Amino acid sequence: MINAVNRFIPDNLKPFKASDDYKNFSRRLIDKKQKQSKTVFLNSIEEAFDLFEIQSNQCLSFHHHLRNGDYVIQNVCEVIQNRKLINMHLAPSSIFPSYTNLVDLIKNHNVTNVHTNYVNGEVAKIISQGHLKGKLIMNTHGGRARAIESGDLKIDVAFLACPVVDKNGNGTGSFGKSACGTLGYAISDLHYARKVILVSDTIVDQLDDFQIDGNYVDAIVQLNSIGDSKGIVSGTTQLTKDPIGLKIAKDCANLLDELGVIKQEFSMQTGAGKTSLAVVKYVMEIMKKNSVVGSFASGGITKSYVDMLNEGLFKALYDVQCFDLEAIKSYHKNINHKAMTASEYGNPFENNPISNQLSFVVLGATEIDLDFNVNVTTDSLGSLIGGSGGHADIAYGAGVTIIISPLIKARLPLIKDRVMTVTTPGTDIDILVTERGIAINPRRPDLIEKLKNSRFPRFSINDLYKLSHTITGVPRRIEKTDEIVGFVEYRDGTFIDCIYKSKF
Amino acid sequence: MFRSLLFIPGNNPSMIQNADVYLSDGIIFDLEDSVDINEKDNARNLVRNYLSEGHTNPSLVVLRINPIDTPFFENDIELIVTKKINYILLPKTSMDALNILNDYLTQLEQKYDLEKTKVIALVESAQSIIQINKIAKNARVEAILLGAEDLCNDLEIDRTNKGTEILFARSKVVYACASNNIISIDTPNVYIENEEFLRTDCLNAKNIGMKAKSAIHPNQLESINKIFSPTQKEIDWAKRVLEAVETNPGKGAFSLGGKMIDKPIVLKATKIIDKAKKYNLL
Amino acid sequence: MRVGTAGSKESNDCFVTVEDAKDTKIIIDSIVGAFFYDQIKETIENTLKELNIDHVTVTVVDKGALDYTIKSRVISAVKRMKTNV
Repeated sequence: MINAVNRFIPDNLKPFKASDDYKNFSRRLIDKKQKQSKTVFLNSIEEAFDLFEIQSNQCLSFHHHLRNGDYVIQNVCEVIQNRKLINMHLAPSSIFPSYTNLVDLIKNHNVTNVHTNYVNGEVAKIISQGHLKGKLIMNTHGGRARAIESGDLKIDVAFLACPVVDKNGNGTGSFGKSACGTLGYAISDLHYARKVILVSDTIVDQLDDFQIDGNYVDAIVQLNSIGDSKGIVSGTTQLTKDPIGLKIAKDCANLLDELGVIKQEFSMQTGAGKTSLAVVKYVMEIMKKNSVVGSFASGGITKSYVDMLNEGLFKALYDVQCFDLEAIKSYHKNINHKAMTASEYGNPFENNPISNQLSFVVLGATEIDLDFNVNVTTDSLGSLIGGSGGHADIAYGAGVTIIISPLIKARLPLIKDRVMTVTTPGTDIDILVTERGIAINPRRPDLIEKLKNSRFPRFSINDLYKLSHTITGVPRRIEKTDEIVGFVEYRDGTFIDCIYKSKF
Repeated sequence: MFRSLLFIPGNNPSMIQNADVYLSDGIIFDLEDSVDINEKDNARNLVRNYLSEGHTNPSLVVLRINPIDTPFFENDIELIVTKKINYILLPKTSMDALNILNDYLTQLEQKYDLEKTKVIALVESAQSIIQINKIAKNARVEAILLGAEDLCNDLEIDRTNKGTEILFARSKVVYACASNNIISIDTPNVYIENEEFLRTDCLNAKNIGMKAKSAIHPNQLESINKIFSPTQKEIDWAKRVLEAVETNPGKGAFSLGGKMIDKPIVLKATKIIDKAKKYNLL
Repeated sequence: MRVGTAGSKESNDCFVTVEDAKDTKIIIDSIVGAFFYDQIKETIENTLKELNIDHVTVTVVDKGALDYTIKSRVISAVKRMKTNV
C-alpha cells in the first residue's frame, strides 16, 4: 500500500500517516527490567556469552558513543564468529566504518537482521548490495527509544560500553581513559533489555555521579581497553572555510534573525558538520550584538556550544552525545551541561521531549524534493550513506526547521522531483537555504508573511529546481530495483519508506 | 558603480561555476598571473565557453588579459566577441600599451559590430603612476586599479599593511580618477585570514578617496563591501536631507539641523542614496 | 602518434586525453556517469564536430564538470594534440 508520502510499504507493516499521528495513540511500555541477582564481574566477552547463554537467533544491542574507536562491538562480533552463531539480530544505535568485523558476519549470515539509526562505511555498502539475509530497520534516535520501551524491538542482551564503572555496577562516560561523555543512547537498552552487560576498562570503588544505574546491570566485563580514544572523539571539528559554505551559513543566521527567533530564552539545535558550525558562529555573533541569552542548546554537543555555555550565552546544554574532547570535559565539570537520554531527546511518547521545545533547528540533506521531503539515508544512487539520527525527531518539533545545502554538489542537483528515500517528511521542513536563494515551504504562510519584505532572494522550490537544471543539465532518473533490503521506520513506529538494493 | 571586484583564476572550473554567487559587485576572470604559462590556452577556452554558454554569469564581468608584449594578448582580446565582457583589465598599463590595445579593440569591434569595450587600467609600475593623468583621460578607460605588489617590486621596497609606502600612488590614482569622473579601485590585500589587517587596509584606502577595492579571496568580500558602502548613519543623513529638499521646494539653500544645505550637499546625499539603492541597503 | 591532454581531476573539472586513432572513440569515466553519461557524450561529440575532427580516441576522467568545462577541455586537448608533432 502507498503511505502518506507516496511511498510503497508492504501490507504487513503500518504505513506512515502523519508526523503528528502519534497523538492518537497511547504510550506502550513493557516492564522495566528487574535484576535477578547481584552484579557479576567477568573477565571476557566469552565469559558473558557463557554465563548468559547467548545463542543463535538472539538480539544483541549496543550504543555508539565510542564512535569510530569502539572495540566492544568488534569484540562481540569476534565471539559470535568463533562460536559460529547464526541468525543473530544486532541493534547498535549507529554503525561506524571501524565496525569491520560486522562485515563478515553479515556476509556469512551470522547476522541476518540489523536495527540501527545511522550506518556508514563498508557495512552500509554491503547491505546496499543485498548481502543482509534479513532486513535493515532504520530508526530515528527518538524512535529507537520508543521501539525498545514498547517491546517492538526486543533486546536479549545489551552490551553497553562504559568508560568507568564502580563496584556497585554504576557507570559513567564522563571521565577515564576511554571517556566519551554522556551515554544518552544507552539508557533505553539499560532499562528494557532482558540482560544488561557493561563493558569497561576502568573500575573504581564508588562513583558519586553516574548516569548508568547499577540496579539494572547484570554483569560487568572488564577489558584492557574498550576503545581507541583517537577514534572516540574528533579533535575539534573545524568550521568550514569554503566561501560558498560560509555564505550559506551567514544567510541562514541572518534569516533566523529576520524571523525573530534569536530572542531571549530561545533554544536551538544544529548538525555537527562544518557548515552547521559556521551557522553556530554567526548566530553567536547576532546573540552578542543583541545581548540575547538563550535558554538551551541541544544535540550532539561540540566545543562551539560549550564555549557559548561558558560565555553565558545559553543557560544550559542538553547533551545526548559528546562529539569532541571539549564537550566531554564540559559535561564532566559543568552542572549546566546536562545529559539527556535518547528518549528525553526525541521519543514522541515522552512527556515534552527536548525535540518539541526547540525554537529552531538547522539540518543538512543529501536530497530534498518538490514536496520538501528530505533524504539523509541514501545518496542519489540509492546506496546507504547515513540515516536519520535525530533528523526526523527535531524537524517535527522545532518551531522553524531550516535545511542548509549547496544547490549543486559536483554537478548533482540537490533538489529532485522525488527523493530516492524519504527520511523526514516535507510537512516538517520549513525553509531551504542555498547559496542561490531560499525556498519557503508553502505550508508555512506565517513564515512567508514574515519574510515578505526580506532582502533574501526567495524562490519557489520548483524555481530553484529548474534553475539547478539550467546549470547542470537534467540528470537521468535512477530507477530503483525491486529488491527491498530494509525499511525506514518513522519515529512513531510506522513506516515511511523502503530501502532498496542498489544497482551500483 | 561598484565597490568590489573579485579575481578568479581563469583555469579553475569550481570557482568559475560560482562566479555569480560570490558577494563581489563584479568578477575579474584572470588569464594572467593566476594562470600557469602552460595553461593559458586552457584558461582562455574555459572562460570563453563559460561566458558564451554558461547559464549564470555575474552581473559585471571583467577580463584580465595578458600584457601586450606576450603571445597570448591577441587571442585573449577576442573574448569580447562573446558580448559578455563589460571591461578589459589591462595589466602593466602604459600609454603605449593603451594605444595598442585601443587599435586591436577597434578592429575587433568593427569586424564583429560590437559595442565599444571599456577598459580598466591596472597601474603597477612607477612609470604608469607618472603617466596616470594621461591614462585617466584615455577615452576607453573607465576605472583605474592600483597594483601595489608589482609597484613595490618596481620600487624595490616592501609592501606593508600600514601602507605609507603606497600613499603617494594611492593618492595619484584617487585624484586622477576623481578629476576625470572614473572609478578608483584599490590594490588587493594578500591577507586572507587576518580580518584586522584587511579592515585597516580598506579604511586606509577609503579614507583618502578610493571608491572600490579588488579582492583575491571570496572571504575578503564582506569587509570590503561593508567599508566601501555608505554607512547606515550616512544613509539616514542623506534621507533626511532629501526629505528636507522636498519640504523646501525652490530654495537654493536652506537650514537643516543648524547646518546649511546647498546644492553640493544635496548632490552628495543623492549619490549616497543611489549607492544604497544599488547595493540593496535601503 | 599525436596526443593532447587538458584539464585536471579536481572537483568540477575533467581530465581529457585526445589521441590519433583509426576510428573515433569516446571513453567516459565520470563520477556522475549514472546521471549524465549521455549528456557528456553528446557534448564531446558536438565539440569534435565543431572542430571538424575525427579519427581520435577521446578519454575523459570526469569529476562533475559542467558542459562548457568539458567542451573547453576537449578543445584545448585537440589543439594541443595538433601542435604536438
